[in-house]
Amino acid sequence: MRFQLIGVNHKTAPVEVRERLAVPESRLPDACKKLMEHPAVSEGMIVSTCNRVEFIANMKNGAGDLRDFMSEYFQVDRSQFESHLYEFKEDDAIRHLFRVASSLDSMVVGEPQILGQVKEAYATARAVGAVRAQLDQLLTRAFAVAKRVRTETAIGSSSVSIASVAVELAEKIFGNLQGKCVYLVGAGKMSELAARHLLAHGASSIFVANRTYDRAIRMAQKFDGQAIEFSRLYDTCDAADIVITSTGAPHFIFRPEHAEKFLSKRRNRPMFFIDIAVPRDVDPEMNKLDGIFVYDIDDLQQAVSTHVADRKKEAEKAEAIVSGEVQKFHARLQTLDVVPTIVSLQDHLETIRQAEIDRVRGRLGSLTTDQEMAVEALSRGIINKIMHTPISTLKTAARDPESTTVVDLVRRLFNLRDSEKDKAADKEAAITGQSNRGAHN
Amino acid sequence: MSLTWLRVALAFYGVGLLYALVALTRTSEILSKIALHAAYLGMVFHLVSLTEAVVQSGQLASASIHNAESLLAFLIMIVFMLAYLVYKTTSPGIVVFPLVFLLTFVAATNQQPLVVTSVAVKHSWLAVHILMIFTGYAALFLSFGASILYLLQERALKSKSRSGMFSRLPSLQVIDDIGYRSLMLGFPFMTLGLIAGSVVAAFAYGKVDFLDPKILLSVLMWAVYLLMVYTRLEAGWRGRRAAMLASVAFVTAIVAWIANYFSGMHRFIAS
Repeated sequence: MRFQLIGVNHKTAPVEVRERLAVPESRLPDACKKLMEHPAVSEGMIVSTCNRVEFIANMKNGAGDLRDFMSEYFQVDRSQFESHLYEFKEDDAIRHLFRVASSLDSMVVGEPQILGQVKEAYATARAVGAVRAQLDQLLTRAFAVAKRVRTETAIGSSSVSIASVAVELAEKIFGNLQGKCVYLVGAGKMSELAARHLLAHGASSIFVANRTYDRAIRMAQKFDGQAIEFSRLYDTCDAADIVITSTGAPHFIFRPEHAEKFLSKRRNRPMFFIDIAVPRDVDPEMNKLDGIFVYDIDDLQQAVSTHVADRKKEAEKAEAIVSGEVQKFHARLQTLDVVPTIVSLQDHLETIRQAEIDRVRGRLGSLTTDQEMAVEALSRGIINKIMHTPISTLKTAARDPESTTVVDLVRRLFNLRDSEKDKAADKEAAITGQSNRGAHN
Repeated sequence: MSLTWLRVALAFYGVGLLYALVALTRTSEILSKIALHAAYLGMVFHLVSLTEAVVQSGQLASASIHNAESLLAFLIMIVFMLAYLVYKTTSPGIVVFPLVFLLTFVAATNQQPLVVTSVAVKHSWLAVHILMIFTGYAALFLSFGASILYLLQERALKSKSRSGMFSRLPSLQVIDDIGYRSLMLGFPFMTLGLIAGSVVAAFAYGKVDFLDPKILLSVLMWAVYLLMVYTRLEAGWRGRRAAMLASVAFVTAIVAWIANYFSGMHRFIAS
C-alpha cells in the first residue's frame, strides 16, 4: 500500500486559497467518486473543513500525482495552489492524519470538532465505496489514537475562549448555573456569545439593558429574555447573579456603592461581573467587596493564554503518543502485507520438502543424476500444485477488506511467524526433529 | 483493648493527615482516594474501639466521658463523611483530618484511667448531654473548616490566580452549602445538649451554677453560635465575616474544652 496525503491548511494557505479548494458537504460524495476515477488511486477520501482541505489516498504502486486531480477537479491552475500545498507519503501521511484527528494540527490545538469532521468525511467516502481495506484500517486507527490522546492527556480540558472561561469561572463561583440569572448591560456581539454559553450551561433567565431600548428588545428576543430600560438598571440589577457589561460608556457604570446596595438586597449572595467593555464599565475597586467578583477583558484573556500554554505542554505528550502509534501501525501494516506471508509460506513448505527428501534418501540408495532430478521435480511439483490456490487467494485478499482475516488464518494454519528470531528457532526445531525421527528409524 | 483498636484507627487517620498536608501544596486525586478509604477503615476500627469501651464500662455515659476526645473525633468524621456523601468532595478533609488526628492521638496516648468522681455520671441524661454537645461540636468544626476553605477559594477567585489547590477546590457555592448545612445541623444539637446539661445539673446539684467557668464558656459559645445562625439567616453573612464569627466560636469551644480542668462540675479526674 502506498498512502499519500496532500492538502492545504490554515497554516499554509490563506483563506482565499482554502475557499477555492473547499469541497462543500453536498458535493463530497461526488468528489470522492471522482477521486476514485483517477487511475493511480485505489482508495481515497477527502477532509474539507474551514481550516483545511486534504486528500488522502492509497495509491496503486505508489505512482500518480494528486495535484493533477486537484487542478482538474477544482478547475484551478496548479500554480495557484501548488506553493501552499503540503504532501506526505507513507509514515508521514499516517502521522499527519493521526495528528489531524487528535486535533494537534488544529488552529486551536485540542478543539474537539475536528475529530467529528474527519469521522464524517470517512463515513461519506466509505458510503460511496472509496474507503476499503487499508484506508479503513488507517482511519479506524486514527480515531483510536485521537481517543487515546484525549483520555491520556489534558489537551482538551481547559477552556481556550473568552466565553468558555467566563462559564468556567461562573461555575467556580456558583457551582452549577441552574436557575442563575444573567444580566446583559449593553448588547454587543461578545456579550451575546458569553450569554449563549452561560445559557447552554444551565443559566435560566436573561435580562438585557441597553441605552437604545430597541436593541435591548431585539437582543432579549433572541434569548427569550426580558428587555429593561436603561434608567431602571440599578433598581433591577440585584436580581442578576452574573452581569456582563459591554457598553461604550466613557466612565464606570458600576461602582462600589452600587454593588453594596445590590449585596444588601441580595442578602450577600455573590455576584459575578464580567466586564468586556473598553473603557471598562465596572470599577475594579468593586472586586474588593465580599461576595463581588469582577473580571475584566484582560483577566479573561490572561486565563485564556495560560490555558493555551497548558495545552502546548499537553500537546507534547500527545505528539509522543502519536509517534508511538505511527510505529505500531507501520509494523502492523507490514505483517498484514501479503507478500511476506507468501514468502514465508513458500519457505516453510520448502523446508518440509527438503527435510522429507533427506529422510528417505537413505532408503532410496544411490541414485543417478536423472533419478535425483526426477525426485526433485516430483516433490517440487506437488508443492507448487498445492500452493497455487492458497497463493492466488492471498493475492486477491490483499485487495479485499477481508484481507486481515485471510492473512491471519493462513499464518495460523501453517504456524508462520514473522521475526528472524522465530525463524532461527524454527530451523533449530526442524533439525532436532529430523535427528529424532532419524533415531526412530 | 479498645486502646489498641483506637491506635489502629489513628494509623489510618494518619493517612488522612498526610493527605491534608500534601493537599496544601498540590492536588493528588489518588491520594485523596487513598485518604478516603483509609478514613473509612479508621472509622470502622474507631467504632470498634468505642463500642468496646461502652461494653467494658457498661455505661454509655461514663464511657463517653472516658473517651471524650475519641468520641468527638468519631462524630467529626461522621459529619465529614455525610458532607462527602452529599457533595463528593474531600476538600474539608484539609481542615478536618488534622483535627481528628490530633483528638484521636490525645485519646490514644492517654493511658491513665480516669476516675469518675461526679455523682451525676449514672444519670442517662448525662449521656444525652454529652452526645448532643459533641455532635454540636463536630458540626461546628466542620462549619469552621468550610468557612476557612470559603475564604481561601474567595481569595483565589479575587486574585485571579487560578492555580494550585484552589483550582481543585469545590465551587464557592458547594463550600458555602457544606458550611451552612453543618451550621444548621449543629445548632439544635448544641441547644438540646445544653438543656440536657442543665437538667443533669439540676437533678444532681439542685441548681445550675452559671458562674462555673465551663458552663459560662459553654453558654457564651452557644450565644456566638446563635449569632452565626442569625447573621446567616437574616443577612446572608458568608465569607470573611462568617469565618470570623466561626473562628470566635471555635476558639470559645476550645477554651470551654480546656475549662473542663477548672470546672467544679466537669472535673472528673481525681487530683
